[in-house]
Amino acid sequence: MSSTPLHDPLAEPVSGAKTETYTTTCYMCACRCGIRVHLRDGEVRYIDGNPAHPLNKGVICAKGSSGIMKQYSPARLAQPLLRKPGAERGAGDFEAISWEQAFALLAERLGKIRATDPKKFALFTGRDQMQALTGLFARQFGTPNYAAHGGFCSVNMAAGMIYTIGGSFWEFGGPDLERARMFIMIGTAEDHHSNPLKIAIAKFKRNGGKFISINPVRTGYSAIADEWVPIKPGTDGALLLALIHEIIAMGLYDREFLARYTNAGELVNLDAVHDEFGMFVRSEVPKEEGCFDPQNKLWWDRVSDRPVITHAEGADPYLFGEFKLADGTPVKPAFQLLQERVRDYTPDWAAEITGIPAATIHRLAYEMGVTARDQKVVLPISWTDSWGKEHDTVTGNPVAFHAMRGLAAHSNGFHTIRALAILMSLLGTIDRPGGFRHKAPFPRPIPPCAKTPDTPLAIRPNTPLDGMPLGWPAEPDDLFVHEDGSPVRIDKAFSWEHPLAVHGLMHNVITNAWRGDPYPIDTLLIFMANMAWNSTMNTVEVRKMLNDKDAQGAHKIPFLVVCDAFESEMTSFADLILPDTTYLERYDVMSMLDRPISEFDGPVDAIRVPIFPPKGECKPFQEVLVELGSRLKLPAFVKKDGTRKFRDYPDFIVNYETEPGSGIGFLSGWRGKNGEKSLSGEPNPRQLEMYAANNCIHHYELPLSYQYMRNWNKGYLEWSQRNRITRYADPIQIHLYSEVLQSFRLAAQGKGISRKPPEHLRKRVETFFDPLPFYYEPLESQATDRHKYPLAAITQRPMAMYHSWDSQNAWLRQIHAHNYLFVNPGTAKAAGIADGGWMWIESQWGKVRCMCRYSEAVEPETVWTWNAIGKSAGAWNLAPNANESQLGFLLNPVISEELPASNGGTQSNSDPITGQAAWFDVRVRIYPVKPGEPEQTSPQFEPMKPYPGTRPFLGDWLAYFAGSKK
Amino acid sequence: MTQLALVIDLNVCVGCSACVTSCKEWNTSGAAGPLSDCNPYDANPTGTFFNRVQTFEVGEFPQTETVHFPKSCLHCEDPPCVPVCPTGASYKRKEDGIVLVDYDRCIGCKYCSWACPYGARELDEKQKVMKKCTLCVDRIYSTTLPEADRRPSCVMACPPGARLFGDIHDPDSVVSGYTLMPEWGTQPANHYLPRRKTTITIHEDQLVRADNPLKIDGKLPKPSRQQPTLDDVTSW
Repeated sequence: MSSTPLHDPLAEPVSGAKTETYTTTCYMCACRCGIRVHLRDGEVRYIDGNPAHPLNKGVICAKGSSGIMKQYSPARLAQPLLRKPGAERGAGDFEAISWEQAFALLAERLGKIRATDPKKFALFTGRDQMQALTGLFARQFGTPNYAAHGGFCSVNMAAGMIYTIGGSFWEFGGPDLERARMFIMIGTAEDHHSNPLKIAIAKFKRNGGKFISINPVRTGYSAIADEWVPIKPGTDGALLLALIHEIIAMGLYDREFLARYTNAGELVNLDAVHDEFGMFVRSEVPKEEGCFDPQNKLWWDRVSDRPVITHAEGADPYLFGEFKLADGTPVKPAFQLLQERVRDYTPDWAAEITGIPAATIHRLAYEMGVTARDQKVVLPISWTDSWGKEHDTVTGNPVAFHAMRGLAAHSNGFHTIRALAILMSLLGTIDRPGGFRHKAPFPRPIPPCAKTPDTPLAIRPNTPLDGMPLGWPAEPDDLFVHEDGSPVRIDKAFSWEHPLAVHGLMHNVITNAWRGDPYPIDTLLIFMANMAWNSTMNTVEVRKMLNDKDAQGAHKIPFLVVCDAFESEMTSFADLILPDTTYLERYDVMSMLDRPISEFDGPVDAIRVPIFPPKGECKPFQEVLVELGSRLKLPAFVKKDGTRKFRDYPDFIVNYETEPGSGIGFLSGWRGKNGEKSLSGEPNPRQLEMYAANNCIHHYELPLSYQYMRNWNKGYLEWSQRNRITRYADPIQIHLYSEVLQSFRLAAQGKGISRKPPEHLRKRVETFFDPLPFYYEPLESQATDRHKYPLAAITQRPMAMYHSWDSQNAWLRQIHAHNYLFVNPGTAKAAGIADGGWMWIESQWGKVRCMCRYSEAVEPETVWTWNAIGKSAGAWNLAPNANESQLGFLLNPVISEELPASNGGTQSNSDPITGQAAWFDVRVRIYPVKPGEPEQTSPQFEPMKPYPGTRPFLGDWLAYFAGSKK
Repeated sequence: MTQLALVIDLNVCVGCSACVTSCKEWNTSGAAGPLSDCNPYDANPTGTFFNRVQTFEVGEFPQTETVHFPKSCLHCEDPPCVPVCPTGASYKRKEDGIVLVDYDRCIGCKYCSWACPYGARELDEKQKVMKKCTLCVDRIYSTTLPEADRRPSCVMACPPGARLFGDIHDPDSVVSGYTLMPEWGTQPANHYLPRRKTTITIHEDQLVRADNPLKIDGKLPKPSRQQPTLDDVTSW
């Protein structure tokens, strides 16, 4: 036989094909990597990572590599659809309508609402990376009822960190693994950030750093950890407080850092009858009130043994002790109060709660403390601090942390995360090499300046909302409540129930609107959130609410609009479906006004550009908003004469300014007439072109002296102020002790002149608004018979899937077509459940039939599964008998969106401070199926059917080959 | 003699499957494509992949290791799949040691998949020919791709950089490691790097140092003045 192959393996499979390459930004998840899209004869040949992009540096993940199958998915919607008259919501009976009909219908309905009671329109979005536009639209409309999905995602992480150190993880900051020697990842955190974290962890490990994973489950990145510390879900706060206890007890804290850069040495008023009890003593009333910490607090100086203004030249504060001011007021430094707080939080105490041996907790504390102290990183970078002191070097203590939803999705998550931020601060790791580093526009003042209105009077017909729909309360008077303290917003955010609900509570919107509590609404517009499936707690009941009618036969939620690119479960409940585009068919901005893709070394923003025209009648959601804004004559969208201001979304991106002539717009790069200005400057008509020619990003690298210690870096803060990234250039002291929380507690105790909570919430506010972190058992756990429901149930997100998005992706679904419940073999055997066997998982709220998989990589009191692999039959245009619906399952039916409240009613199943959905608090029991039960997931729902315009895949085979067939 | 190969570093592989689908997207439209998928939107989807990640557990709780193990053709130096091929479709390239299948000669008899001890070959159920990793031979010698892109797709995609590509016979090359199942005598060209553990040792004297800040704040643990001392019981 000839040794020459007949088929030349090197030959170009299609000769003479036209090839093109475009750069844009991925959207197979929220990570926002730079990609290159390669076309052959106009079809996607392949998508790879853009090597010139600062985020992913050329790499790409499983999702990003499967963009082709998203672009050509049969689950894509293609035209606006209106529910057929008389058809039930959820039945999926639609008729196609034109965009003109859809816009006319929406403009009329929304116009009436706006002219009468704007709050009857609610806009909630699954995405929080489009808030620059969606938030603007809601505010211009005049409704307070707007939020993105942060409330059910990770708001505790944002709020807990930002209220403590002025920054947070993921978009706003992260671990500096380039220089860290020790990295501790707590809880599930794989998905935020994805590729950058993978790159960084690998490099960190190869450089010989020690990676510790603290997680009930060993999967994902935890697999390559040098040490896995299994922990019981919801007990992280106990562990962190015990670590703080040990770090203080052993003197392993960074005293210099604490004294100068945190409020550790500031004196707290301990006169129990004083209205200012628990607040810092002030030397004077500040000259200017603003969104910053005035430098008017006191230290007790060790040198002169008397109280002095903080940071007085030559002074050094006592961190411990108790003192009396000249007027007799008893005071203590905040650090003394922290030390008293953690006195009883010993490793032995935490061992009982967390399941981690006390010896391990001691060792972890020592490893962190000694590494931070003895392996300092000293960089020859000079900088000047806010008090004018010049430093020749930047010093780092190389212990880095990362955490996201694993800590956040518990009702005790806010205090847990405060404890984490405090531990990071004790180790002296904030915005320093090898520790945690900020990303612009963070750090922000604590709390950030944006505020909601504080009165319902801010909502007026035909008028923009007088304030932001979302903000950062600094005190009770910032709450968005009625005179009687009742909530103004449909989700009850910024009310006494969840005062610091800075991302809203999307998980309660449907239930509240259905019940009419606090009031009924008219139109609910949901963008890209699968609220009838994986994005809602209590899936079974919420689906009923969506279709529930009053005695007159009218829907309790009168009008439901859903914008999505795919045939998700949620779309079937819509009255009107607006077909969105994919990421390859639209302009998008990753804006400094929202959540940019900044790096540690400076601001970065980015755009997406359309590679293809929209499929069929699809229209980007932004175009829908620009069109509606123009038709409704919202001031930002029309000229003075009421005519349309922006041709389309690209025109809006380029020409919109926050105020006329402000020079601040959606994008910070290539501003100014000819694109010569950065950060601010007049609109540049060729801005998008310039982004497209520069890898779709704008990266502003800060001088080295502005890259560290930014909370207190005079140069950076003034740069930030000059460029109007912040209004104030005052230092941002770390709040070990939180006056913000204490101000709410004082109100609950009846002190001071601020607003007071309604009686039924007084105790709740007083308990949870503790100025220092404390540990409490998750609220659902407290309301559960732990003997009957002995196990915790949690989910993790698989790295090859993004929420429910990817089951319609022919390649990705082959990696995860269905899921199992992972159970420790000891636990499963004790319950009589076989490996691979069918079983029930049941909580006090509901039950699910699923399959069991034994796993030694999960702690025995926890069961877990991959999130959102299970689908409703027929959804996402999969065959009704697809594995996703028949073998796969959602955990959501065993999770409740509400808990019983003290007044006999209900309250959100959330963190009492932030309203963060407490997904991971659910307690369950497990048992085998009875003989003869069907081997099929339960619950099942009526199979969805293809909509007009969607094209079911015909045939058994897919053999994708880009361009002309060979 | 050149032997191109991959070295896969299990120490940093997080099991994300980037290699799985980046391989699929390149190769389905490449010289070795298409890579067919059966029941793509139906029950039991299954398709041709050159590269898959197996995840398994080792040890018992809490001493559990979760191992992500990417698997593809190992391009053996003595590949058992080649001599068993009745048509000569399976062959090993002399110039670089890459093992390939000539689809135009393959009759889909599956002898090669029986012979392969690693389970690395998959029959494309639509085309009825045997398919497997080509080390992206149509990328690495491409004259149209930029120089920096002439590497296997999986290597370029891999976020933690767990996949190294080079000439295993070149002593200066980055690639080396251990081989899978050496007892089979196949001399696989692809190698794997093991998990490595970093530990920190803390000595007791590191916990009681002269610069302990508790000294400044007067909190270094000391007994209270009320506790008994030698002064209470003896006068020497």
